[in-house]
Amino acid sequence: MSGFAQNTFNGLVSGAFYALLALGLAVIFGMLRVVNFAHGAFYMLGAFGAYVLLTEAGVPFWAALVIMPVGLGLLGMALERAVIHRLTRLDPLYNFLLTFGLTLILQDLVKLRYGVQSSPYATPSLLSGSVNFGLFDFPTYRVFILGFAALLCVAVWWVLTRTRIGMVVRAATERPDLTRAFGIDVGRWVTPVFGFGIGLAGLAGVLAAPMRAVNPLMGADLIIVVFAVVVIGGLGSIFGSVAAGFGIGLVQAWGEAYLSHFPIVSQTIVFVVMAGVLLWRPAGLFGREEAPA
Amino acid sequence: MRRTVGVAAASAAVVLVAGCGGGGPQSGGDQKLTGDKIVLGVLNDQSGAYSELSGKNSVTAVEMAIADFTAKYGDKAVTKDITVETADHQNKPDVANSKAQEMYDRKGVDLILDVPTSSAALKVADVAKEKKKLYFNIGAATTDLTGKSCNRYTFHYAYDTYMLANGTGKTTTEQIGKNWYILYPNYAFGQDMEKSFSTAITAAGGKVVGRDGAPFPNTSGDFSTFLLKAPNLNPKPDVLGTMQAGAELVNVVKQYNEFKLREKGVGLAVGLMFLTDIHSLTPAALAGTTYTDAWYWNFDAKNREFADRFQRKAGTRPTFAHAANYSAALQYLEAVQAAGTDDADAVVKGLEGKTVEDVFLRNGKIRAEDHRVVHDAYLAQVKPQSEVTEPWDYVKVLKTIPAAEAFRAPSADCKL
Repeated sequence: MSGFAQNTFNGLVSGAFYALLALGLAVIFGMLRVVNFAHGAFYMLGAFGAYVLLTEAGVPFWAALVIMPVGLGLLGMALERAVIHRLTRLDPLYNFLLTFGLTLILQDLVKLRYGVQSSPYATPSLLSGSVNFGLFDFPTYRVFILGFAALLCVAVWWVLTRTRIGMVVRAATERPDLTRAFGIDVGRWVTPVFGFGIGLAGLAGVLAAPMRAVNPLMGADLIIVVFAVVVIGGLGSIFGSVAAGFGIGLVQAWGEAYLSHFPIVSQTIVFVVMAGVLLWRPAGLFGREEAPA
Repeated sequence: MRRTVGVAAASAAVVLVAGCGGGGPQSGGDQKLTGDKIVLGVLNDQSGAYSELSGKNSVTAVEMAIADFTAKYGDKAVTKDITVETADHQNKPDVANSKAQEMYDRKGVDLILDVPTSSAALKVADVAKEKKKLYFNIGAATTDLTGKSCNRYTFHYAYDTYMLANGTGKTTTEQIGKNWYILYPNYAFGQDMEKSFSTAITAAGGKVVGRDGAPFPNTSGDFSTFLLKAPNLNPKPDVLGTMQAGAELVNVVKQYNEFKLREKGVGLAVGLMFLTDIHSLTPAALAGTTYTDAWYWNFDAKNREFADRFQRKAGTRPTFAHAANYSAALQYLEAVQAAGTDDADAVVKGLEGKTVEDVFLRNGKIRAEDHRVVHDAYLAQVKPQSEVTEPWDYVKVLKTIPAAEAFRAPSADCKL
């Protein structure tokens, strides 16, 4: 029983990373119709930024947790203004290629400066112990990640459903033309939303630094699964991306724990689930079929 | 990329030789050397996961060997025109295959060195066999190079899965704990390592109480399922043996510490680890971990002297792969010098059965039966942070494993 609880907990922790990354992808796709392939690279930059801040300037984890998302968010906004918005009127493929190219450039720049070997990043001392849950001990840092990510998702949900900004973003996501017809300036919100999505990726990166290998390819490895998560949740669906993120984390953890004798299964389970969901609901679990244009 | 060592000196030598009308096996005037020169080819990973443990710094090590050889023999050297060709095989067997052919056929390479990644290494062995050109493998682990895929022109220089398993598995079982839980990446290298370790552990009186193949590549980066399982096995394992490499090893170790397995009485043994891995994880994260090392830079004064020279050129301390590349290049040049020709068959003849002693090879012997280069290996343990007094000096050698015991007996699968 305690084994099951631990595996579940771990699945939720992995899921928290998927959820944060997928949430960013979902809002960006919803607002801009851009499949941001560079999301994984920004996650990597978040982790690397935390590492560089710590080693070069002695900036602790807690400060990095604020600096990196904000900094990367601003960088994302600049990027959106400089290049991405120029391509949004064209086929989505163009921005997909652009962000794919960006990914390669960012990865190689980091590789050039810091090499491919992973860089060390210690767990902040405040969170380095473990918490007893009666049935089992759990590393404090993982508890923190789970709590922090859950809180963040709730906050984003609150902003989207209870504030005027959120209303505009949701409306613009679902029916951009209709929203414009009501006299709302959708364009104004495009850049900040892109920056916000990138900021979330950076935040996930900082959170990952103490428990994952910090190297230039860390985002590339993860992003494939995150895309599967977004597809399962329903492209552009904000609730769907979060639910699917946590769900896929659980499926992976349970798969590894209880199907370890069938490595083929535990390795491909995410994509099997994705294929199954697409057959059943082509728009994803929480997605809505696009109205024919 | 082409680096020329002592072009000026070489051309001077050619003029001098011509002036004297040749003479002696060293002259090269009678075409003892193809193209009157020796070309060494370093084929390895220059940008990916293994580029720091070998990569460009292996080229630096080979250049050091050329400089040392030239300095040692001076005018008596078989040639002063020794150059290095390098290529990036990106750890892909097909790329390794075509680059190796290009090196032998078009770049005039006499010897290919390094070639990490077992699948790529085996491809290059096939090319060497077909072209009848020499190949010293350093970076790859598979015992097939001296087993069913062995051939007359291939030598396996630094280490292999048997050496790692035998050293770490046997000695750790005897000295640290009998019950093991083995975690391995589920592909050829990991499965090979798991088998070799299990055999070595059982032979030493230990027991494998659990084993799991983790997805490879592990896209989630999470190994917690396995790490949580380990301390709850019955009987409880004394040692977690991880066969993961590179970034996956980093993930396993980070999470091993996160779940405080050492405090729960489960020690850590690592199948394959390089100095660069310890550097990126920091000794604090690995303190007490045992592994088998083919060579350690701060083992004795001789190694240290080499490491100092290497650091002046490369800016970092050498891994065992760097030292082995140096040694392999040097021993090849010595063999050519002794044979007076770079004809592959003549050089192979000179190398077979030769005993060698240099900075990398201690009690070294180039076995004639399977072309395994045997030498002393070392059981190493990562020091606690408090004992680390200088950068890169992260381990202490617990035990020297004598050359005769460190490697397996020649395999019956190998027919040269």
